[in-house]
Amino acid sequence: MGRLFNFPGGIHLEEHKSVSNGTAVRKSGIPARLFVPLDQHIGPAAECIVSKGEKVLKGQTIGSATEYISAPVHAPTSGTVIDIQKFPAAHASALPSDVVIIEPDGKDEWQTRTPLNNYRDIDPSELRNIVRGAGIVGLGGAAFPTFVKLNPVGHDIKALILNGAECEPWITCDDMLMRTRHGDIIEGARVMRHALQAARVIIAIEDNKPQAISALKPYADKYEWLTVQEIPTRYPTGGEKQLIRILTGQDVPSHGLPLDLDLVVQNVATAAAVHHAINEMQPLISRIITVTGPGVKSPCNIEALIGTPMSDLIDMAGGYTRDADRLIMGGPMMGITLKTDVTPVIKATNCLLVQTPDAKRDATTTRACIRCGECVKVCPMRLLPQQLYWYSRSRNFDQLQRHHLFDCIECGCCAEVCPSHIPLVQYYRFGKSEIWKKEQETLKADRARMRTEARLEREERIKAERKARHARAKAAKAAGSDSKQTEIKAAVARAKARKAEQKSATEDA
Amino acid sequence: MDFDQHQHYSPHIPASSTVSNVMLKVVLALVPGIITYIAFFGWGVLVNIIIAGIAALGSEAVAVALRRQPVAPTLMDGSALVTAILLALALPPHSAWWLIVVGTTFAIIIAKQLYGGLGYNPFNPAMAGYVVVLISFPLEMTRWNPPLSLADAPMSLLESFQYSLTGILPERLDLDMISLATPLDVMRTQLDLGNSLDTITTGNGIFGIVAGTGSEWVSLAFLAGGLWLLFERIIDWRIPASLLASLLLLSGLFSLIDSSNFASPAFHLFAGATMLGAFFIATDPVSASTTPVGRLIFGAGCGILIYVIRTWGGYPDGIAFSVLLMNMAAPLIDYYTQPRVIGQQKNRS
Ligand code: SF4
Ligand code: SF4
Repeated sequence: MGRLFNFPGGIHLEEHKSVSNGTAVRKSGIPARLFVPLDQHIGPAAECIVSKGEKVLKGQTIGSATEYISAPVHAPTSGTVIDIQKFPAAHASALPSDVVIIEPDGKDEWQTRTPLNNYRDIDPSELRNIVRGAGIVGLGGAAFPTFVKLNPVGHDIKALILNGAECEPWITCDDMLMRTRHGDIIEGARVMRHALQAARVIIAIEDNKPQAISALKPYADKYEWLTVQEIPTRYPTGGEKQLIRILTGQDVPSHGLPLDLDLVVQNVATAAAVHHAINEMQPLISRIITVTGPGVKSPCNIEALIGTPMSDLIDMAGGYTRDADRLIMGGPMMGITLKTDVTPVIKATNCLLVQTPDAKRDATTTRACIRCGECVKVCPMRLLPQQLYWYSRSRNFDQLQRHHLFDCIECGCCAEVCPSHIPLVQYYRFGKSEIWKKEQETLKADRARMRTEARLEREERIKAERKARHARAKAAKAAGSDSKQTEIKAAVARAKARKAEQKSATEDA
Repeated sequence: MDFDQHQHYSPHIPASSTVSNVMLKVVLALVPGIITYIAFFGWGVLVNIIIAGIAALGSEAVAVALRRQPVAPTLMDGSALVTAILLALALPPHSAWWLIVVGTTFAIIIAKQLYGGLGYNPFNPAMAGYVVVLISFPLEMTRWNPPLSLADAPMSLLESFQYSLTGILPERLDLDMISLATPLDVMRTQLDLGNSLDTITTGNGIFGIVAGTGSEWVSLAFLAGGLWLLFERIIDWRIPASLLASLLLLSGLFSLIDSSNFASPAFHLFAGATMLGAFFIATDPVSASTTPVGRLIFGAGCGILIYVIRTWGGYPDGIAFSVLLMNMAAPLIDYYTQPRVIGQQKNRS
């Protein structure tokens, strides 16, 4: 590797990592009830395939993926399904979504697991299927179905990049994973490399995690396809596009994918999950979660079953301090605030951050934009955040798109440095969702129009055909059998021509 | 436990900067310049600042109250104070109180609040106020008191106040003794008359080492304050750098061509309000360009205009007009200098 590159903008943030990474990862055990949401990933929710009263075993699929981009969900332990109902979900909107409520029987009894062949003997497409069946999604917070990103679709993958940057303040779950379960990550990396037929694997880690780096470094000496790359600590190095730029100096094209550069980026925790799925036949039913912030008494990392109520984890972390003021899922920069801690943790929950009030920045300290340009300086995508803000405010959607709103990665650098405390990212999310809505509407309108047009056309055609038939019938009557002969000849000629056309078409293909 | 979600937006970390913080640092950065100014030119400078400050805060409070917005937070943001100080520094020391009040209230009420308050003003309020009094009261605006070293009996703070408020001078002084043309003014009129540089400066006490007696030190102090703002990352280097560079280049070029009829680059950099303008006025974020390239163009434009106005224009110093003209161009500059977004092939699609 050697040379590293730079990305524009970015900021240095207070890390607050030592608050939670001083103690070993704790296990949460089995809670009294598990609330497993069917909608935990990007794509349509899984479809529930168990019913009330049914007994389930650990690892059993309880929701199956119905579309390509989706993921199944599994029972995190054995027990009884006591209900399927709407429940507050871990979304910013907190709109309730379907949740399978499981009462554990305490036996933690696995479903039968048949060992697989060595991953090397499994065909990459079969590997992808297993990863898909295990419900694995990106564990860095995005929750995009992993198997989709294990498909090289015709590209010669130059490198699989494992993202261990963990650039958001406070979060340490990946750090802890890399320190203590490095073997799992490496095994996962080998499987993924095989699935992608990737030339190399690069594990990128911010240099504020020396223990994680030294835990993984030895493997790089062992495997010539592996590089463990220390990268400078600067938010947002862990952004996919920023990471790629740091490592390769290349930019992922706008609206493009890393795949366009023959690269694939996965989170380190995702790699460990892939290892569990392939080598231990264990679907994604638990993960490490950092519970931290000034609002909890003893911050720590907890390995919890998916579906555990967040309040259980807060209790394990000593409970709230008196001035706890908001609960955030994810990091302080990109996380979302939640309405209630009865919300269950999902696959994407990497961190629960409890913050205390900020006297310097709240809804009352917001001022007008003074056009200071600080936001421009720190934007890692080289956008003009304050222009985007103006156009979002004035709902000028054309200008928003012309100013590349959709290239915004919502990293929040701009909002962090803004002296006027404008919730800039909020405006961008609003702008994006409005544009999506409008696009949906035009799409719908287009479809409706096309349907009407097609109908009219069909009616016209039928009418014309009917007329033609009438005319022909008349003509045939008049001309008698002579013309019948010619008609047959013509029909034969037509059939021949059609055959030739088909032949050339197949040859083209 | 339930939480009230709606007050909180990301990022969820303590704010690293606030508008009042920024303004406070700007004021701090002005302090060395102000002290030097007072040291060389007397209490009139301070009297200017005090009167302008009161007028600015007062008119801002009234305007904000009329617009039914909370008064205290707006006053606390410090922007009115910065406007007041900049305007006070631009006016001749010992200006009459009404002149200061007219300029300041125009700056705050017309140039700022009528447009919607801080952030919405297309023009630099201080410079808008300055230009209004410059055009309305041209005579008063040429009466600069000489540096203390040339004055016979400088006024005390009390006498300065009295003079500004009542127009009554202490008995021992008369109007001529406190109204002098500035070095820039002298330079321009004398050059216009066809005199050569040497004959203008030699023997005239208002000219110092490279620019004006005293005022060159004031400029140096403003430069120091400006550099501190750069260091504190309150302002961006682009506008001051390109402003000073273009002024340097242009004055250097003409002085090379004809050194006896064009003032030296050093004179241009340290005379008048060049440093104040480069670091404190042209950098006003609200009315300047915001894109990186745009800022270079904005600064260069200011520098060029300053030189042109000083050399061939009808006014002795060109900071205010240059900045206002470039303010007008700023939206257009911003539009055409959008940075290339990462991953985008072309500048604008
Ligand atoms: S940082 Fe805030 S105040 Fe400054 S230009 Fe950007 S949006 Fe405006
Ligand atoms: S949130 Fe968007 S606009 Fe703001 S800094 Fe990040 S990428 Fe730039």
